[in-house]
Amino acid sequence: MAKLQGLLFGLATLVLVVVATFYFTKTWLPPLKSDRIAIDHALAITLAVTGLVFIVTNLMLAWFGYAYQDGPGAKAAYWHDSPRLEMTWTLVTAGILAIFLFNALSLWAKVTAPPPADAVLIEVTGQQFAWNVRYPGKDGVLGKTDHLQASQDNPIGLVKDDPASKDDLLLLNQIYLPKDKPVRVQVRSMDVIHSFFLPNFRVKQDAMPGMTIDIWFTPTELGDFEIACAEHCGLGHYRMRGAVHVVPAADLEKTVAEAAQ
Amino acid sequence: MEGEERMAHTEAHAAEAHAHDHAPTAFIWKYVFSKDHKVIGIQYYVTAMLMALIAGLLAMLIRVQLAWPEVNWGIIGKLLPMGFQGGDGQPYVMNPEFYAMLFTMHGTIMVFFVLSTAPVSGFGNLLIPLQVGARDMAFPFLNGLSFWTFFCGCVTILTSFFVGAGAAAGGWTSYPPLSALRGAVPGSQIGQTFWIIAMVFFIASFTMGGLNFVTTIINLRTKGLSLLRMPLTLWSMFLVAILGLLAFPALTGASLMLLLDRHFGTSFFLPTGLVLNNAPMVGANGQFVHQGGSPLLWQHLFWFLGHPEVYILMLPALGFTSDILTTFCRKALFGYKAMVGAMIAISGLSFIVWGHHMFVSGMNPHLAMAFAVGTILIAVPSAVKVFNWLATLWQSRIQYKTPMLWGMGVVSLFISGGLSGVWLGQSAPDIQLHDTFFVVAHFHLIMAGAALFGVFGATAMWFPKMFGRLMNDTLGKWHFWFTFVTYYGTFFPMHYIGLAGHMRRIYDPYQYEFLKNLAPLNHFITISALILGASQIIFFVNFFWSAFKGQKATENPWNANGLEWTTSSPPPHGNWPGAIPEVHRWPYEYSNPSAPKDFVMQHEPPLAVESGH
Repeated sequence: MAKLQGLLFGLATLVLVVVATFYFTKTWLPPLKSDRIAIDHALAITLAVTGLVFIVTNLMLAWFGYAYQDGPGAKAAYWHDSPRLEMTWTLVTAGILAIFLFNALSLWAKVTAPPPADAVLIEVTGQQFAWNVRYPGKDGVLGKTDHLQASQDNPIGLVKDDPASKDDLLLLNQIYLPKDKPVRVQVRSMDVIHSFFLPNFRVKQDAMPGMTIDIWFTPTELGDFEIACAEHCGLGHYRMRGAVHVVPAADLEKTVAEAAQ
Repeated sequence: MEGEERMAHTEAHAAEAHAHDHAPTAFIWKYVFSKDHKVIGIQYYVTAMLMALIAGLLAMLIRVQLAWPEVNWGIIGKLLPMGFQGGDGQPYVMNPEFYAMLFTMHGTIMVFFVLSTAPVSGFGNLLIPLQVGARDMAFPFLNGLSFWTFFCGCVTILTSFFVGAGAAAGGWTSYPPLSALRGAVPGSQIGQTFWIIAMVFFIASFTMGGLNFVTTIINLRTKGLSLLRMPLTLWSMFLVAILGLLAFPALTGASLMLLLDRHFGTSFFLPTGLVLNNAPMVGANGQFVHQGGSPLLWQHLFWFLGHPEVYILMLPALGFTSDILTTFCRKALFGYKAMVGAMIAISGLSFIVWGHHMFVSGMNPHLAMAFAVGTILIAVPSAVKVFNWLATLWQSRIQYKTPMLWGMGVVSLFISGGLSGVWLGQSAPDIQLHDTFFVVAHFHLIMAGAALFGVFGATAMWFPKMFGRLMNDTLGKWHFWFTFVTYYGTFFPMHYIGLAGHMRRIYDPYQYEFLKNLAPLNHFITISALILGASQIIFFVNFFWSAFKGQKATENPWNANGLEWTTSSPPPHGNWPGAIPEVHRWPYEYSNPSAPKDFVMQHEPPLAVESGH
C-alpha cells in the first residue's frame, strides 16, 4: 500500500481525467456555425501541447513517486544545481510559449479587426433580462436613441422623430442572421453589464452600459441556435435567453420584417 | 548576538522589550488579546478555517442547485426561510437571489477570509519569527490589532447575511452597475455596503500584517541568515506582503468610490443613461442622476488588486511545498536560486496581467494584446518551479508522511491548473471560454486548490509548533486521498462543461437547450463535491483531537533543517529559552555525503564539504 501511494499520484490524476473524458465524449465545443474556425484550431493545438505536457509530467510524478521511496538501503542523491539544465528548460518553455503567443496575437488581431464595409448591421441592447434586437431597415441607418425617452413601450429609448428611426425593425430575444454574409453587431446595455454570448458562433462580448461595442463575424450554416447571457446580471440572469436564426442572405430582409410585425 | 541587538534597537518602546521577558499570565492577555505571534497565528488560522467551513457549506448548496434545480430542499428550505420558497405542502425551491448570494459569498469568504488568511496571516505569523530567528514580530501590538481588525471584517461579512434583503449578490468581483444600483439585485441593498465595510477591515488588517512581515524579515533575521539562505516559505511571505502592500490600496480606493456611488450620488463607475426596469434613472431636474462614470474603471481597479491577490493565495503554498518536499525527500532543493528568481518574477509579472480578466469587456483590443503577453510570460517562471520540484523528487528518498502527500498534491494541482492557464491566456480562444466553467475549473485547481492543499500540508508539517503535538498520520492520509480524488472529480470535469459553453453563476443551466445534455456531468460533479465536503470532517476531527490528545512532538520530529526546529514544540514565549541560534547555511542541506546524518540543520557549525548555499 505504501509503495502504491507514490504511484497513485500521477496515475490517479491521469485515470480520473481519462474516465472523465470518456464520460464526456458526446459534448466538446458546441458545433461551430460561424467563420471563427481558427479559435477551434487554436484550442485544439493548445489541447495537444498542454495535453502532452500534462501526460509527461504526471507520468514523471508517478514514476518518481513510486521509484524513489524510502526503504532499507535507500539513498538520496546529493544534487542541487545544474545551470545548464535550468537554462535549457527555461528557454525551451519560453520558446514554445512564444509561438503560442505569436499565434494568439495574430488571431486576436484578425478577430478584432474593423468589420468589412458590406457587413449587415444589427444592434443588440441588453436589459434586465432580455435582448433588444434592432435592424436599421431599408435606409441602412439605425435611428437615434435617447435613454431619457426609454419606457415600457420603448425599452431602448428610440427617438421616434428621427427620420432614420422610422423604418428601424425591433425584435425581442430573436436575432436573424444571413448565411455567409458578415454581420456587424453593435452591443449595448441599458442597465447593468450583460454578455452577448453565441456559443455556436464563438462570439462573446460584454454589453457595457455607456458604451457601444462593435463586433463582427460570418454565420456559415442555416439553423436555429441560442443566445445566452454570460455575465451575472441579476436574478433573471439564468433565463436571459434568446434565439438565433440563420437564414439565406436573400431572405433576411423579408424574414426580419415579418418577425417584427 | 547581532540579531538580538537589532531587535532591541527596532523595538525602541521599553514596554515592548519588557513583554518578552515576562509572558502575560492572565487568560485574556495570553489567549485573546495576545501579542505573541504564535497565538496570533493560531487565532488567524482557526478563524480562517471556521470561515472555510461556512464558505464550503455555501458551495455545497450551489452544487446541489446546479445539479438538481427542481429538487425539493425539504428541511434545509424550512431552516433557511431567507433562501427558499415553499412549505404548506409545497416543495421548497431555492430563490434565484439566494443563489446569487451563495456564489458571491462563497467567493468573497474563500478568497479573502480563508485563503488569503490561513496561509499568509496564519502560517506567516506562526513561522516568520521562528524561521528568521526572532523573539517575535517587529510590531507585536500592531500584530494583535491586525487580527482583531480582521475579526471585525469576519463579523461584518457574516452579519451581512441577516441585514435587509440579504448579503451582497453581485459576484465576488462586485461589478458595478449591478453592485452599485440598489434596485439592480436585492443583495445590492445594504448587504453590498456591508461587503465594502468588511473589505476595508480586511485590507486594513492585511496592511498591518504586511508591514509587520516586511519589517520583520528585513530587520530581524538572525546572524548569518542572508536573504539567499532563507527558506522558500519565508521568501513567499516576504513577497506576498509586498504584493499586498502594493496591490490592496487599489481595492481600498475602488471600494470607497463604490460606497460613494451607492450612498452619496457620485458617478465613478456609473455612466450616463442608466435605465432600470424601463425607467430612466432621473433626478428632480429630469436629467440622469448618474453621469460620466465608467464600469470599466472598477474592473481595472478591482483586477489590479485581484490578480496579484491570486498569487498572494498561491505563493505561500509554493513555499510550503518546497520546504515539505525537501524534508520528506531527504534531498536538497534543486535550483534554489532559480526558485527564488521564479517567485520574484511571478510576483513582478502578477502586476501586469490583470487585463486578461477583461478580454471581452469592451476594453481596447490593443490593450488586450499587452495583457496577453504578460499572461503567457508568467507561465515561464511557473513551469520552472514545476521542473525544479520534479528534479528535487528525482533520485530522492521519499517518506510518505501526511505533509508530503499534500506537497505532492500541490505539484499535481499546479501542473493541472497551470496548463489551463495557457488556454485562457490566449485572448482569442478566451472569447469562448471567458465566464464559463472552464475558468471556474482553472482557478479552483491552481489558486484555490494549491492554496488549500498548501494549508493542509503546512498544518500537518508545523502542527508541532502550534500545539506541541503531531497530527494523526492515518487520519491525515485518509483525509488527503479522499480530498485529492474528489477535488479532481469535482473540478476537472468543469473544463468539459466549460468548453461546452456552460456559463458561470447560472441558477438553472437547463433553461438552455445547449446545456441540457450536461446534466449527467453536473450530477457527477455535485456528488464528487459532496464527498469532498464530507471528507473535511476527517480533518476537523483530526485537528481538534490531535491538538489535545495527539502524540507529543519532539523538537524536530521530521528531521528538518530550519531554525523553527531548533526550539521546543511548541516554542516558549520569546521562542528560544536561551540565545537565538546563528545560521551557517541554507535550510536544504539534506543527504550531504560528508555529514554524519542525512540532514544538516541551519545552525550547525560548518562542515568540510557543503553545497555552498
